[in-house]
Amino acid sequence: MLLAESGELGHTLAEAVTATVVGLADGYDAVLAPASMDGKNYMPRIAAKLDVAPISDIVEVVSADTFVRPIYAGNALETIQTSDAKKVITVRPTAFAPAAEGGSAPVETVSGTDAGKASFVGEEMVKSDRPELGAAKIVVSGGRALGSAEEFHAVMDPLADKLGAAVGASRAAVDAGYAPNDYQVGQTGKVVAPALYIAIGISGAIQHLAGMKDSKVIVAINKDADAPIFQVADYGIVGDYKTVVPELMNALG
Amino acid sequence: MKVLVPVKRVIDYNVKARVKADQTGVDLANVKMSMNPFDEIAVEEAVRLKEGKEHHAAGTASEIVVVSIGVTQAQETIRTALAMGADRGILIQSDADLEPLAVAKLLAAVVAEEKPDLVLMGKQSIDGDNNAVGQMLAALLDWPQATFAAKIEIAGGAAKVTREVDGGNQTLSAPLPAVVTVDLRLNTPRYASLPNIMKAKKKEIAMKAVADYGVDVAPRLTVRKVTAPATRSAGIKVADAAELVSKLKTVGAL
Repeated sequence: MLLAESGELGHTLAEAVTATVVGLADGYDAVLAPASMDGKNYMPRIAAKLDVAPISDIVEVVSADTFVRPIYAGNALETIQTSDAKKVITVRPTAFAPAAEGGSAPVETVSGTDAGKASFVGEEMVKSDRPELGAAKIVVSGGRALGSAEEFHAVMDPLADKLGAAVGASRAAVDAGYAPNDYQVGQTGKVVAPALYIAIGISGAIQHLAGMKDSKVIVAINKDADAPIFQVADYGIVGDYKTVVPELMNALG
Repeated sequence: MKVLVPVKRVIDYNVKARVKADQTGVDLANVKMSMNPFDEIAVEEAVRLKEGKEHHAAGTASEIVVVSIGVTQAQETIRTALAMGADRGILIQSDADLEPLAVAKLLAAVVAEEKPDLVLMGKQSIDGDNNAVGQMLAALLDWPQATFAAKIEIAGGAAKVTREVDGGNQTLSAPLPAVVTVDLRLNTPRYASLPNIMKAKKKEIAMKAVADYGVDVAPRLTVRKVTAPATRSAGIKVADAAELVSKLKTVGAL
């Protein structure tokens, strides 16, 4: 394990991460990072500096030079083979099982670089005691049917707390201002694949399905029996969330 | 300030992509094509920088040049941007589906010619979903980058950009010239008015060829196959919450 520290690296600025990684890249065949907002930010920059075609968001490794990745918001999967000797790859975290913990690699300090290009001004992080959306075992997501930000939190927060779940939202709910942007599950938000995904008042637009259809078990609660979400749900309840969610809270005990 | 906005002609946002039976790609025959939605947001922001809309001072942008790389019909995509308020266009014609690295190299050559102060572009195209060209362009130019912009303020020769990061927002100051890629929350793009659509027909589109720029666009990647994802079949309807909880416990989901 190599440890590099600098002021800009502390804020994961792409220019500094790139300068540091490119400086180390000679000794390596591949550079990998998760396809998180951070990874997506700096990995293409690293690839261009190395004159390598980056491979984004892989969901399967076929061989040392061939990978599978979703395109068209997950409506197609492409298998691509690279001719670059060095590989620069981002990995969709939900597509692979995590490595076992308990390694004991020695930590070696290397020099961190400030790039002096963009500078950090500030940040606003959402504080929450709930699990992180991308890593949660259970996700409860609310849609536009919830009608207001107050109702969204009044319905979703207690259910999430009871289940130890993260809270997600459809883009429609985010656009309507019911939920913060970083709750968004879908093509344009986060891609999640928890053991259990509960969609409440979400119709199931293509762009939402792209973000959650790899969940192990999907539950949909919607009063419209024809909502597309039921086509991907393992268990569906046709009914008004106003009655179903309190019943669910009771049934969970 | 001169702004360059790269735009891409892609399958329309509302059309579901279907994989070809021979697994060579996605079927684009007789499919509605439109400007990549993230690029529309970039064009809109550039036009607001010129008009002085929202928090921008009028005239922050003095000229907006739109560039597209693609088939001849990508002229329509450029016309859409011109109708929204961009000043002129450049089409680099290519029938090949160029890889992000090749596109970034071509755009770097365009930047060398046009000398913009700001490149404003979509964070990704909704066909390849690579999310790479903006960052690669910034790298090739050795310019600062600010990706996934939710708010942009131009002042004092820098772009102050609030960007979406894991778990919240981060604000950066990128001295110009810089590359800024835009995310969905930045703005809601306008529909071009009929008079502006008519005016756009008179605006200039320079027709170029890839060879004009003398950059290496040779592919590095070979698409072995394109397949449809495994479909999920509809499950069952349960009567009430109690039955749901009991089913979920049976399958070990709770």
